[in-house]
Amino acid sequence: MDFIVNTLTLTVRFSAALLMASMGEMFNQKAGIFNLGCEGIMSMGAFLGMLIPFSIGGASAVPWYVNILGLLAATVCGALLGLLFGIIVITFRAPQGIAGIGMQMFGVGLAGTFFRSYIGGTQSITGINATAIPGLSRIPIIGEVFFTHNPVVYFAYLMVPVAWYVIYKTPWGLKVRAVGTHPRAADSLGINVTKVRYQSLAVGGAMAGFAGAFLTLCQAKMFNAGIINGRGFIAVALVYFGKWHPVKIFLGAVLFTFAQVFQTQIQIFVPQFQYYEFLTMLPYILVIVVLAFNRESNKLGPAALGKSFNREMRV
Amino acid sequence: MNNYKLWYKVSVITAAILIALVVGALIILAVGGSVFETYWIIISMPFKNMRSFCEVLTRMIPLMIIALGISVSSRSGINNIGAEGQMYMGVIASCAIALHCDGIPRIIAIPLCILFGAIAGAAYGFVPGFLKAKLEVSELLSTVMLNYAAAQFYLFCIRIPMLDPNEKTGTPMTARISSNATLTKFIKGASLHQGIILAAILVVLIYILLFKTTWGYKMRAAGASERAARYGGINVSRYLIISMMISGACAGMAGAVELMGVQGRAMEGITSGYGFSGIVVALFGALHPIGIIPAAFFFGILLYSQVNLQILTAVPPNLVSTLQGLIILIIVAVQMAINNPYSQERFRKRFFSRTIQDIRNTSDICAKGAKEA
Amino acid sequence: MPVSKAGTLFIVEHMNNERIRELKVEHITKRFPGVLASDDISLTVGEHEILALVGENGAGKTTLMNIIMGLYQPDEGHIYINGEEVNFKSPNDAFAYGIGMVHQQYMLVPNMTVLENITLGMKESWRTTKIDTAMVRTRIAEISRKYSLHVDPDAFVWQLSVGEQQRVELVKTLCLGAKFLILDEPTSALTPQETDELIRLLDNMSRELSIIFISHKLNEVKALSHKVSILRHGRVVFNGSTKDYSPKEIAALMTGHEVETTENTESPCEGAPALTIKNLCVRSDRGFLALDDFNLEVRQGEIVGLAGVSGNGQRELAEAINGLRKVESGSISFFGEEISNKTPHEVIGLGMGYIPEERNTEGIVPSMSIKENLILKDSEASRFSKAHILKEKEIEDYAQAARKDFDIRSPHINIAAGSLSGGNIQKVILAREISRNPKFLVCVYPIRGLDMGAAEFIHRQLLDLRKKGVGILLISEELEEIMNLSDRIAVIFKGRTQKVLMRDEANSSRLGILMAGVKEDE
Repeated sequence: MDFIVNTLTLTVRFSAALLMASMGEMFNQKAGIFNLGCEGIMSMGAFLGMLIPFSIGGASAVPWYVNILGLLAATVCGALLGLLFGIIVITFRAPQGIAGIGMQMFGVGLAGTFFRSYIGGTQSITGINATAIPGLSRIPIIGEVFFTHNPVVYFAYLMVPVAWYVIYKTPWGLKVRAVGTHPRAADSLGINVTKVRYQSLAVGGAMAGFAGAFLTLCQAKMFNAGIINGRGFIAVALVYFGKWHPVKIFLGAVLFTFAQVFQTQIQIFVPQFQYYEFLTMLPYILVIVVLAFNRESNKLGPAALGKSFNREMRV
Repeated sequence: MNNYKLWYKVSVITAAILIALVVGALIILAVGGSVFETYWIIISMPFKNMRSFCEVLTRMIPLMIIALGISVSSRSGINNIGAEGQMYMGVIASCAIALHCDGIPRIIAIPLCILFGAIAGAAYGFVPGFLKAKLEVSELLSTVMLNYAAAQFYLFCIRIPMLDPNEKTGTPMTARISSNATLTKFIKGASLHQGIILAAILVVLIYILLFKTTWGYKMRAAGASERAARYGGINVSRYLIISMMISGACAGMAGAVELMGVQGRAMEGITSGYGFSGIVVALFGALHPIGIIPAAFFFGILLYSQVNLQILTAVPPNLVSTLQGLIILIIVAVQMAINNPYSQERFRKRFFSRTIQDIRNTSDICAKGAKEA
Repeated sequence: MPVSKAGTLFIVEHMNNERIRELKVEHITKRFPGVLASDDISLTVGEHEILALVGENGAGKTTLMNIIMGLYQPDEGHIYINGEEVNFKSPNDAFAYGIGMVHQQYMLVPNMTVLENITLGMKESWRTTKIDTAMVRTRIAEISRKYSLHVDPDAFVWQLSVGEQQRVELVKTLCLGAKFLILDEPTSALTPQETDELIRLLDNMSRELSIIFISHKLNEVKALSHKVSILRHGRVVFNGSTKDYSPKEIAALMTGHEVETTENTESPCEGAPALTIKNLCVRSDRGFLALDDFNLEVRQGEIVGLAGVSGNGQRELAEAINGLRKVESGSISFFGEEISNKTPHEVIGLGMGYIPEERNTEGIVPSMSIKENLILKDSEASRFSKAHILKEKEIEDYAQAARKDFDIRSPHINIAAGSLSGGNIQKVILAREISRNPKFLVCVYPIRGLDMGAAEFIHRQLLDLRKKGVGILLISEELEEIMNLSDRIAVIFKGRTQKVLMRDEANSSRLGILMAGVKEDE
């Protein structure tokens, strides 16, 4: 019973990071940019999320606004890195796949460099603690699973309807969808394709940075160079899995977090199981399997995904 | 009259190098290092003595082998980010053989171990190739995921089935491989080993494959325009898979050589990120076997500097992987900038003058790519 | 949100007040790297006037229009509206003055609804956090009524036919307040009947609007326009009143010489069947049956033209014959051998030649040299390689000869094929296909976008092949090309053979009716 409740509670809590990152990636891809650099941006976000509370309070608890400051710094840094990626793939029109790998190495490397020099080694912080919602949290099982989390978790979940609304109901969302599908049409209507793509990269980067900070502040409460551990890439895969729709991406994020939590919980609850590497592999293999059985989703994606736009270059 | 194009290229490349140096300098300053000292250590240490020069050459070996493989796959239209995982598989397979080579003559044992490394790498490269060719799975994602999976599998192998029986502390590593399967060092006390011969042979082989054979021709056609190649009767998915297997085989061989020439046993972190550095080397060498040689040398220097930075400065060695990422970003941007006729034109307008009449005269033979339909 | 309120007001103000009494461009010059696309162009269009802008492909018509729309900035020259200079930095500025354009390739986002597509341009309906859809709906209804252009605002664009999409484009442009319409080759994808309807519509509209109409179909120019301007190599070579000139005279001015059409004048031949297609069913990329029980036979030494509005299964047919698309049912028999669902490699090996629709992406590998492109289908042939090693000398000699024989204009054979002009790319493809001595040739839109010189060269080559006994399936949307070259003409509609006519039974109105899907016996 403990096993089940624990697994579900942690799934609900830890989904937040993957959720934010893949929502951000969705904005990028809806606008036609394939940002594999998500992993790198999350790394920097995770580092900054740790740095600010750690340099103010070390391992001890810090006032709530310091943690918020960490989240904010990570978000801003994510947006800036998104814009940097924009310079490479929008302004210079570099191939997005390989540039994304460059971005990933740059982000992870930079976070590692700064971490070594500002923090040194493995340190822990108090981070943002879970708060039980009075009343609701006392409902058996459901209360613990859904109502014992910190506000940041709920904020992340709130992003799902918000992203849906922005994409499908606002003028900006309309523009994003247009530049990702038929940039030439958007251009002919006086929409600045370059600008909309930069904006969507900034939004996507900000969300990835936030997701990274969530990992250090709310989940691991520490930082190391490998903390993201492929979550950025999984976030990219989730966008395919969710067929570019916020609600399906949300379901995917929960499913993958469940797989991840499940395997760690087995390691804790069944310590006699020796071959835990195979459990650790699980989420990664799951990504490949899911992509392999999602063939048709390649056809549903934004038609201009991965293609740079040049007004004067006719195809 | 075409002079401006050359000048344009030179200025773009100069600007790129400057940007890389300046960003690097900013990072060094941010972590409180001394910029010139750091750069000086990176550049000068390899040439201090024979031994450190050999250190650079030793690092060149896996870099070259991996980058050669990546150049084959990239030219065939598939990005192999999975060299790291393929290398792990190569290490495990060759190690499984190399541990039991005691009675076998070196002349057989060494090729055998390398062959097994190549087969394991090729098999692991087959997976993303197949997934891409038959199921349209993005190789960028599948190879990255396979890297994580391979790292776990490798850890499992050296922790349980292949664990060194004499290892009491619980550090996951295998026993030392048989001396018959160890690559000989050229100079006593210096790290350079026979693996460099394999790297040299592979340069020639890959060059011939890519540019002199019908297979290479078809791979390049498939990579340059998948659609046109298919219309031309080329079985694109077959060559995609083959190129990925060649790429994987190279990474596997790099793993085998690293095991047999440097480490002598399989332990954690044996790949040292060569799989990712190999991508940068391949790009930096313009995906050309000849270009890969100086590129691998340059990155050999960078990787070797990790050791010196740690000893001599306050700059964390992670700086090097940051720089690698930065260099990828700059290379891909520069490649586009160099071939961009519009910026060439702006450059010409600013620094060279030409009248409309000149353009009228040349407009018939001009590049059509830029022309409007 | 990046929409400025000021900009919104500006548009509304202009829409209500100002009429466009005169649009004048003066000395417009626009350079692209190495190309002078517009060279000192001056034009004037008055109120309620229809100007036809004619010229061959690549003459610079579209560039000029994109400059008027603010999509490109001219290097030199000015634009005046009602005598006042304007400076359009983006299409928004052009919209504000009531200028709108329907592009040749429709600028509609396929996976959005008609309403969303129109909203995309109607910035006055944008609020910070939502879209005023009611406003857009009202506007669409108004415009639909006024011009009797019916559209369904909630339909997705991908569900619409080409004709319907064009209607949406017109409604969209009018919703954005256009009083001055620019139409870039509006009839290129329509049947002759749809074209007539459009011309009637535009003629009516010209009572309220001014129109610039780009075309190279001279009968349309004659039927619709008041004035005609001819562009050649980016320059205006002629301005005049349409009624004073015959189509033939205009054509001569357009190309700079008297037009000679290549015609197939020989009597239909009685060769053995080369390609026999029976009850063929093939699916399109979107999964519906693009070919549905399709039948056709082509004999040796015969050119069969396949006429039809594009998108009726032509692409799928060519791909199915060449092994590039899965055949669901039915048979394709090639000299007695069943070739459906064989690989492209096997089909090529049997002697099939193919000039594909998209010459840049399907015909050649653009980044490879001319030389390498010439051996694309034959790298394994004993002539070009031995034991998988390429024979460089032979390939070089062969490429040199092909360049000479096919008049491929390039400095040398090691230049990237993608850097050649369209006509020269097509010659590279033709050289490759013809030098292989094919037994049959499938040609898809072989002269689309080529100037008349290159087109003529290609047509002569096709007729020569026919004389040698090669069967040719010519898929085209240019009725003139089909009627000039074919021995027999088949009409395709919604994946079925509508009718097969002998050359002397065909004329454009009869073909047009068949292309529109009307059965003759109905």
